[in-house]
Amino acid sequence: MSFWIRHQAFEKNSIILIVGILLVIAIGGLVEITPLFYLKSTIEAVDGVRPYTPLELAGRNVYVREGCYLCHSQMIRPLRDEVERYGHFSLAAESMFDHPFQWGSKRTGPDLARVGAKYSDDWHVTHLTNPRAIVPQSVMPGYPFLSATEVDPDTIADHMRTLKTVGVPYTDDQIANAGADLKAQADPDNAGTDAFGKRYAKAVVRNFDGKTGTPTEMDALIAYLQMLGTLVDFKIYNEKANLR
Amino acid sequence: MVSGDVFFQRDSAMHQPSLSKSMTTGESGLALVFAVTAFLCVIASAKALDAPFAFHAALSAAASLTAVFCIINRYFDRPAELPPAEINGRPNYNMGPIKFSSFMAMFWGIAGFLVGLIIASQLAWPALNFDLPWTSFGRLRPLHTSAVIFAFGGNVLIATSFYVVQKTCRVRLAGDLAPWFVVVGYNFFILIAGTGYLLGVTQSKEYAEPEWYADIWLTIVWVTYLLVFLGTIIKRKEPHIFVANWFYLAFIVTIAVLHLGNNPALPVSVFGSKSYVAWGGIQDAMFQWWYGHNAVGFFLTAGFLAIMYYFIPKRAERPIYSYRLSIIHFWALIFLYIWAGPHHLHYTALPDWTQTLGMTFSIMLWMPSWGGMINGLMTLSGAWDKLRTDPVLRMLVVSVAFYGMSTFEGPMMSIKVVNSLSHYTDWTIGHVHSGALGWVGFVSFGALYCLVPWAWNRKGLYSLKLVNWHFWIATLGIVLYISAMWVSGILQGLMWRAYTSLGFLEYSFIETVEAMHPFYIIRAAGGGLFLIGALIMAFNLWMTVRVGEQEIQIPVALQPAE
Repeated sequence: MSFWIRHQAFEKNSIILIVGILLVIAIGGLVEITPLFYLKSTIEAVDGVRPYTPLELAGRNVYVREGCYLCHSQMIRPLRDEVERYGHFSLAAESMFDHPFQWGSKRTGPDLARVGAKYSDDWHVTHLTNPRAIVPQSVMPGYPFLSATEVDPDTIADHMRTLKTVGVPYTDDQIANAGADLKAQADPDNAGTDAFGKRYAKAVVRNFDGKTGTPTEMDALIAYLQMLGTLVDFKIYNEKANLR
Repeated sequence: MVSGDVFFQRDSAMHQPSLSKSMTTGESGLALVFAVTAFLCVIASAKALDAPFAFHAALSAAASLTAVFCIINRYFDRPAELPPAEINGRPNYNMGPIKFSSFMAMFWGIAGFLVGLIIASQLAWPALNFDLPWTSFGRLRPLHTSAVIFAFGGNVLIATSFYVVQKTCRVRLAGDLAPWFVVVGYNFFILIAGTGYLLGVTQSKEYAEPEWYADIWLTIVWVTYLLVFLGTIIKRKEPHIFVANWFYLAFIVTIAVLHLGNNPALPVSVFGSKSYVAWGGIQDAMFQWWYGHNAVGFFLTAGFLAIMYYFIPKRAERPIYSYRLSIIHFWALIFLYIWAGPHHLHYTALPDWTQTLGMTFSIMLWMPSWGGMINGLMTLSGAWDKLRTDPVLRMLVVSVAFYGMSTFEGPMMSIKVVNSLSHYTDWTIGHVHSGALGWVGFVSFGALYCLVPWAWNRKGLYSLKLVNWHFWIATLGIVLYISAMWVSGILQGLMWRAYTSLGFLEYSFIETVEAMHPFYIIRAAGGGLFLIGALIMAFNLWMTVRVGEQEIQIPVALQPAE
């Protein structure tokens, strides 16, 4: 029986056709995706990488909500010009707590994977409010409304609890103090800053938007931007440790 | 808006009072389900944690109540018997849902092109963002992509698939309310997704931005779509399943798999819009582009190839060039496409072997793509002269030519060295649009130009001259668009990696942004022309339905389809 005759089994029976389609499309995905859950280089933790603080998480949610990822990547490729422009190439571990990932696909604006600590908080406030006040040729939208919106300290613990369920290792201590930590990170005079600092290594406590009171979305977003790419200390990072 | 009678052409002569009239299980069951849904949505709206969720729950409650009303109203308006499967031995085709979807396709198409023009203009003149949350680029861009891909493209696919599957199986569409549930439910999903973006509801996965509740709703609608389509195939009167239906089936089944694989998410609260995706970091990246590239492969390619396999032979009145080629085309295309995702992640933290595998399969994909193109183009053997006289056929054929062009460009860009230059630049945007405007846009326009007169039973289009105008204006728009993006993309890629003789980076990032300005204006102009073409089309189709001459049905002996 020729191949063309045999093929009529698919042409004459819709169920055989559907099963055939399912089998054929399953192979590629299984081969490419499944190993990523087991390979050393894709699941290993790197020293310094920690889950986001409550304020950073709130800022990250603003970043997601406003669609920043549509113009800014967070993935530095190991190419000479990128490493010189943006810093050390991005590691898999640096986005392991990102649900979902923010690697992006377009650079209408520059990569932000290591934007943390590159500019002052003031620079960010001015730039986010009106980008062209600092960079006249910029095509970025302004986000003046961020300063006017407060972050809700009461619901952030629920967000962390949800993230814990999907695999982000928040401790019970971190979740229990989420609301207080959120306020403490944006207020250096807050009594809780020491306890906060112990819960989140390398977290920066500053009044990011320069205003007193409950942290605003501007505080949150800048707290997030200022920590991006700062967690891994590449002076002591062992490049060989993650090689297969 | 259109009054109901455009879609529901009820035959009042068939209204006969009957004692045996009763609701079908489908009618009463669905009415009950929607009544319960309305009740649950009202509770959800009252208990909502955020304003967008309250709005969406209220919208869903209103829509559910409307659905209950429509089902009951339809019951009272219809005769005791459901529409027969056959009238005088000929299939009684169900055209209502097809008409609805065709109309929505044109509506969303224009909306999507318009938003595209707005965001293109925002990149040229950033003041157009108005510094408001709901008018900024970051929220409008997903609105544009979803409106053109899922709203415009999706409605075209649903309309044409419902038409093709009936005609090639020679049976009435399966289900009574189910097809209506699919077309209306799908458009309601679009409404929820689109308003959500404007209100800041997004899970930030490209081309899969809708949040968890919209995803659940889409799953229900999509499974119904599969059941209606499959049900129609199963009761077919033809021994063979026509080629186009294989492609439609692969599109429907695979999109379901991709949607479920990419979107598992845990809501923070069942009364709030925010959720967190189950996958994180690198695994999420791979899931995302496995989904993302195959949304291209199965939504924008397999589905529209089905359109090619039915509408081009039909319009050219020639058989498909090679049946065997279409068999090879089908299996090779769906097998290879699914591997291509990692080419979106070249040089990232994704392991090298995965990237190389993605690249290899992307290059191999060139072959079935061009095999399909050849099959489509060669179908015109002996009918090439029609390109001169029939602008609709010309649109369909040029779409296949654009398909060939972008399926060559795609494999080329997936080569890692090329990708190191093209990735993150406008070249990608140009590539996407040569496929989206040239291939998907034109094949959809061609199909709608055929479908509207067929579905509304008109002799022909209102004006072929207007089709010709549409064709040339839109073609000019595409050429402006993609050539501007080629130049800006390659220019920016080269500027990013340019070094001075002393070994320093030559350009700051903002200098490369500044260099894009003229090309962004040209791109916006191209998009504007494409939009004008679509407006001409909408007018033409509207007039076809409104004033077109009725076609007189002549019973003919039907040839069995291959």
